[in-house]
Amino acid sequence: MSAPDAGIAPVFTKMRRERTKTAWLFMAPMLVVLAAVAGWPLLRTIWFGFTDAQLSDLAAAKFIGLANYLDWEESGYYGLLADPDWWLSVWNTLRFAVVSVVAETILGLGVALALNVSFPGKGLLRTAILVPWAIPTIVSARMWNWMLNDQFGILNDILIKLGVISTGIPWTADPAYATWAVIFVDVWKTTPFIALLLLAGLQSLPTDCYESARVEGIKPVRAFFYITLPLLWPVIVVAVIFRLLDALRVFDLIYVLTAGSKATMSMSVYARQQLIDFQDVGYGSAASTLLFLTIGILMVLYLRLTRAKLGQ
Amino acid sequence: MKATPLRIVFAVLVVIIVTASLFPFYYAVVSSLKDGGDLFRVEYWPANPTWDNFREVLTTGSFPTNILNSVIVATGVVVLSLFLSVTASYALARVSFKGKGLLLLTILSVSMFPQVAVLSGLFELLRVCGLFNRLPGLILANMVLTLPFTVWVLTTFMRELPKEVEEAAVMDGAKPWVIVSRVFLPMMWPSLVTTGLLAFISAWNEFLFALTFTLTEDSRTVTVAISQISGAVQNQLPWGKIMAASVIVTIPLVALVLIFQRKIVAGLTAGAVKG
Repeated sequence: MSAPDAGIAPVFTKMRRERTKTAWLFMAPMLVVLAAVAGWPLLRTIWFGFTDAQLSDLAAAKFIGLANYLDWEESGYYGLLADPDWWLSVWNTLRFAVVSVVAETILGLGVALALNVSFPGKGLLRTAILVPWAIPTIVSARMWNWMLNDQFGILNDILIKLGVISTGIPWTADPAYATWAVIFVDVWKTTPFIALLLLAGLQSLPTDCYESARVEGIKPVRAFFYITLPLLWPVIVVAVIFRLLDALRVFDLIYVLTAGSKATMSMSVYARQQLIDFQDVGYGSAASTLLFLTIGILMVLYLRLTRAKLGQ
Repeated sequence: MKATPLRIVFAVLVVIIVTASLFPFYYAVVSSLKDGGDLFRVEYWPANPTWDNFREVLTTGSFPTNILNSVIVATGVVVLSLFLSVTASYALARVSFKGKGLLLLTILSVSMFPQVAVLSGLFELLRVCGLFNRLPGLILANMVLTLPFTVWVLTTFMRELPKEVEEAAVMDGAKPWVIVSRVFLPMMWPSLVTTGLLAFISAWNEFLFALTFTLTEDSRTVTVAISQISGAVQNQLPWGKIMAASVIVTIPLVALVLIFQRKIVAGLTAGAVKG
């Protein structure tokens, strides 16, 4: 018995080594492209953050240490960490991310629960909620720009006819409303995505608990809080973190809906303005690096959680 | 769902959700069919519909070129990212080797990158390579967004294919490339369609790279073009034209989503939840 095994084993080892070699060969083009368009540019951005690079001549960039982040000169502190506009954009981003993701999750859960029961017109509902998701962010920003217009917008028209307000409100131009307008449009656009994720989670829940709950005579509302919510919790957590990571880098919506307004400026909008509009690549790269770090920390958390889930 | 009042509440909620989802697009269509003065009277149905805005958008200015640019970029992105990820996902799904878990996590984490974090580095790279303000440069930049995702989803799909088929091919002495192209590829068409569609949509909708890496009007993509439409007088935007352009850009996407909705939902959940 042992003689043929000893003969076959080296063949298997050789085959496995061949397979590993092929695997790396097969992945090589993809890895090269990813390294070129993601890895290398990220390293350059981090490097530019420590330099005084200007857009017109990146090659002339000189190392200036942490001066882009924080610098002391005679008259006081300078740099990103001393810039009230940067901290305003951090606050705007966090508020946007937390409020819109919470709203999307609650509404998305509602839609998912509705899609999980069978009723006539279910197909129509599922198709309808995909439409906001499919519309490009730029287009939805423009559409809502028009609908929220202070003079000719349909929303003001409806509210005036209902007697809620007497004159049109400049939803996207007035800083007091602009933040809420941005959150509102994001919720409109992204709730379908969360709803579909949660629906997939709902459909994978075991049905026998509900059977016994029904036999025991437990009311549906109680069943939701005592069975559905705890069972669905891991899916909700993953979906929320996934969306939070996405919301923290928001750019398109804010850039177009409330063009240039300081009151809604997100970290991404701030960084791009420094990089391109003000041509200050060093300073803008420092801001980009801080955003990357923020998201990176959350990403580690996310990967930990998904890995824990996969391990189950 | 036995009590009738409860049913009515449920029906009302469903109607509200459907209306809220569809109305903005409907209203964009209505607005795009309205002429100058009509536009500034709120109507739920265009009293005097006209195609003027569409005619103007499609015959004057650079919008037709912008549409072509978007088609080229999105198609290029789909072809390149599928090509690169088919072989890679075979290796990631079918071969066990050291460091695979870490590699998969790295690829996944690229999909979470804030775009702005690679902006200055990519700007420099594209300028050095002479790809600035050119469509191939945009295709390459878009790989940051699509490639991690296509690799990830195709790997998920490929893992689920039966093992026996591959074993039989290996026994027959087939080389890995033959296994991928002759055995797996024919079985993978459905998942390639799904992944390709999602990559197409994300490239079509992409804005930040296209805004930053193009300079001239005729190298812009549609999203940038729509964001830049402005009127002759400041603060007087040509809303009819903007809505017409928006409708033109959105109709193909809505059509794709409606036709392939089951596939798209499957791809989305595979990309996010199973991750």
